[in-house]
Amino acid sequence: MTEYIIKNGCVIDPTQSINGQKMDICIKDGKIVDKVSKAAKVIDATGKTVMAGGVDIHSHVAGPKVDAGRLFRPEDKLFKSPNRKSNLRMEMGFSVPSVVKTGYDYARMGYGFVMEAAMPPLEAAHVHEEIRDTPIIDQAAMPVVGNNWFLLEYFKNHEIENAGAYTSWMLNATRGYALKCVNPGGTEAWGWGLNCITIHDKVPYFDITPAEIMKGLIETNEYLRLPHSIHVHTNNLGNPGNYTTTLDTLKLVEGYKPNNDFGREQVMHHTHLQFHCYGGDSFKSSSFESKSKEVMDYVNKQKLLTIDTGNVTLDETTTMTADGPFEYHLSHLNHLKWTNVDIELETAAGVVPFIYDPKTYIAGAQWAIGLELSLFAKDKDRCFITTDHPNAGPFWRYPRIYKWLLSAKARNDLIANELKYGDKVIDTTYIGELSDKEISLYELAQMTRSGPAKALGFSNLYGSLKTGMNANVAVFDIDPENLPSDPEQYETAFGNVFAFFKDGVLCVENHDIVNYSMPKKTIWVNSIVPENKQVDRDIRDKFLHSYTVDLENYAVQEEHVHNPYAIKVDITE
Amino acid sequence: MVKQPQLFLEADLVTPDQFAGKSIEAIGAIEISEGKVKYPLASFAKIEGASGATAAETKIVLNGDLTRVKRVGQQMTAGEIVINSNVDMYTGGWMKGGKITVNGNADSFTGIAMADGELTINGNCQNHVGSAYRGDWRGMTGGVLRVKGNVGSDIGTFMRGGTIIVGGNAFIHVHTHGEGGTIIVKGNIEARVGGQSVKGDIFVDGKIDFMMPGYKYVEDVEKDVDGVKAVYAHYIGDLGERHPETKGQKVFTNLYLKK
Repeated sequence: MTEYIIKNGCVIDPTQSINGQKMDICIKDGKIVDKVSKAAKVIDATGKTVMAGGVDIHSHVAGPKVDAGRLFRPEDKLFKSPNRKSNLRMEMGFSVPSVVKTGYDYARMGYGFVMEAAMPPLEAAHVHEEIRDTPIIDQAAMPVVGNNWFLLEYFKNHEIENAGAYTSWMLNATRGYALKCVNPGGTEAWGWGLNCITIHDKVPYFDITPAEIMKGLIETNEYLRLPHSIHVHTNNLGNPGNYTTTLDTLKLVEGYKPNNDFGREQVMHHTHLQFHCYGGDSFKSSSFESKSKEVMDYVNKQKLLTIDTGNVTLDETTTMTADGPFEYHLSHLNHLKWTNVDIELETAAGVVPFIYDPKTYIAGAQWAIGLELSLFAKDKDRCFITTDHPNAGPFWRYPRIYKWLLSAKARNDLIANELKYGDKVIDTTYIGELSDKEISLYELAQMTRSGPAKALGFSNLYGSLKTGMNANVAVFDIDPENLPSDPEQYETAFGNVFAFFKDGVLCVENHDIVNYSMPKKTIWVNSIVPENKQVDRDIRDKFLHSYTVDLENYAVQEEHVHNPYAIKVDITE
Repeated sequence: MVKQPQLFLEADLVTPDQFAGKSIEAIGAIEISEGKVKYPLASFAKIEGASGATAAETKIVLNGDLTRVKRVGQQMTAGEIVINSNVDMYTGGWMKGGKITVNGNADSFTGIAMADGELTINGNCQNHVGSAYRGDWRGMTGGVLRVKGNVGSDIGTFMRGGTIIVGGNAFIHVHTHGEGGTIIVKGNIEARVGGQSVKGDIFVDGKIDFMMPGYKYVEDVEKDVDGVKAVYAHYIGDLGERHPETKGQKVFTNLYLKK
């Protein structure tokens, strides 16, 4: 196979504590190696930054609700889709791009892995089909379990081994990677038109609380020794004053220990934290306020937590989530079209377009809160950059977020020139007191490469340039020894990777995608547990009495899963 | 036009904005599409005259049979187009200014999401006239769209501003989801006028066969509509929708039926 040598770049790799050292990165047979022969093709990275391929820990890019977003938003494509480049396939969509555009745009940012944030287990096949059709990037998906009837019943009686047996069966049946928990209990309550907005509100019929569900999931996750921790979108998302629910949720980790052989150190990952750091009791500037500092004070001292930001990008975008009641309320707030679906026994979903207009106070405040999280974070390897794509903004805006974090000037200019209520935003958030804080490129690499890879429990696969790793390598037009004075160059450079290798295949060369046909993998966790006849019977029973599909038709079939890479976790050994 | 397409032509680049400042040769090289194949304009049209230096100073007159030519004048900002023929869909779509006159009939999506300018059809139109793009909640916002003859269904869907004047009849779905703007229909409308509409003015000189149930009679008023004074029965609605207040007054869509 072809050999490459990326010469003389400034390498930034937190997994080896390399911070800007000029060195060569050698690639052979798809791996990073110590040296290559003279026949190696040279990529001249002089004056450029070299990092591992990016790792996105949370993005809605494949599956039925993403597709619902595409289908019911023709206007997301009108005049917003680029003309087809001559050697590439057609690309469509702004906030909910087609699967082809998704793969291409991640490659253009030098990302090699993306985690599909929420997979409804019943519709796993749809998720896998879209993963198959997304070029270049490796992907995995997290089945949603926080409103699952089996688990609500097992947790009510604190039957962790049974919960483990069921969850293990479900991870295998859906080829899932990790346990996603969205609005625990609340999405099930939505079946009655109700919700759970504190972690102690009881779910109708199941008579269990979100706190009990989340604790049950933590215990189940650690019992199964999974590579990732539970991945939580807690109750009361998006509501002013919700930060108390968030702190209550985060504190649930106290007393637990991470059980795994993957180097994972957290027992809970909380996602898109920006939406959960609101104070006040309305969205008006006279009342609303940021509580990012209060929340990050706890996150900073609690090593059992990792978070991702959910940054608002100030775009017209599309919200989509398994938090069904939230989408109903959002559509009544902005009076835009709304689609809502229930997935029998499992979860729900809603999709509503949303415009984060910088001429409104609240969008400015949300924008500020998202950035505050990263700026307050003391351990940058526990705080990862996302937009909860497409909820707070399209993923291909990540380079703009990097710009806002790398350059205080860019942030302050936006507040002064683009936010209509910049003064009110400063008064009611912490963005003013952070007005001279900037992150470094090293911290950026922690927040987009090494950190998410460690939290996901696959540091041996992604996020590092160590010898032996799969060669996912990105080269950017940023010279760490001569940082740009114009912050726009950060956005341009990180959004148009100079060169990108995926598994040692040159995907982007000289800023253009030259190859999108390299193999891509679906990563999943093959969980093995002791035999459990009770759970086997419960599964057959529920399929007989409650599901409208037969048990034999439920599990994803081999031909659905594209190029699977299974991580075996056998707790019987 | 000197040659007819086998399918249809997408002529979205036939606008004063595209022609301005170009020589005849350069105008002839402008691409129009037939299906997925692009052709130079000169292969379908004989071009004479001269363009203006700017769009505002450019007037385009189209002769021949343009029945199968779509998107003429799309997104134009200034200048004038005269079409001496029937014309196909999307004429004047998303136009931001300038003037288009069609001396013939136009098809559907005429003046879709129009923002400003004058669009006059001296004939009939089909459906989705002055309406929003499919799925979009932002429709026509300005300008004057005048159809001398009849129109089909879905006129002014999600309208926010501007004026539509129909000289003849309309079929169904006028000002659906309207949030502003004015629609005048001088003929009859079969049904579904102002459905889910919350703001704006609709004037109907003829008859509505089936009124929407969400409209309530208020009183008779005299109104000057397109230069003619008459007495109208004033209805407000759509009462099935939310109605915000402005300055202490609830805002409704006003439906005026000529007495």
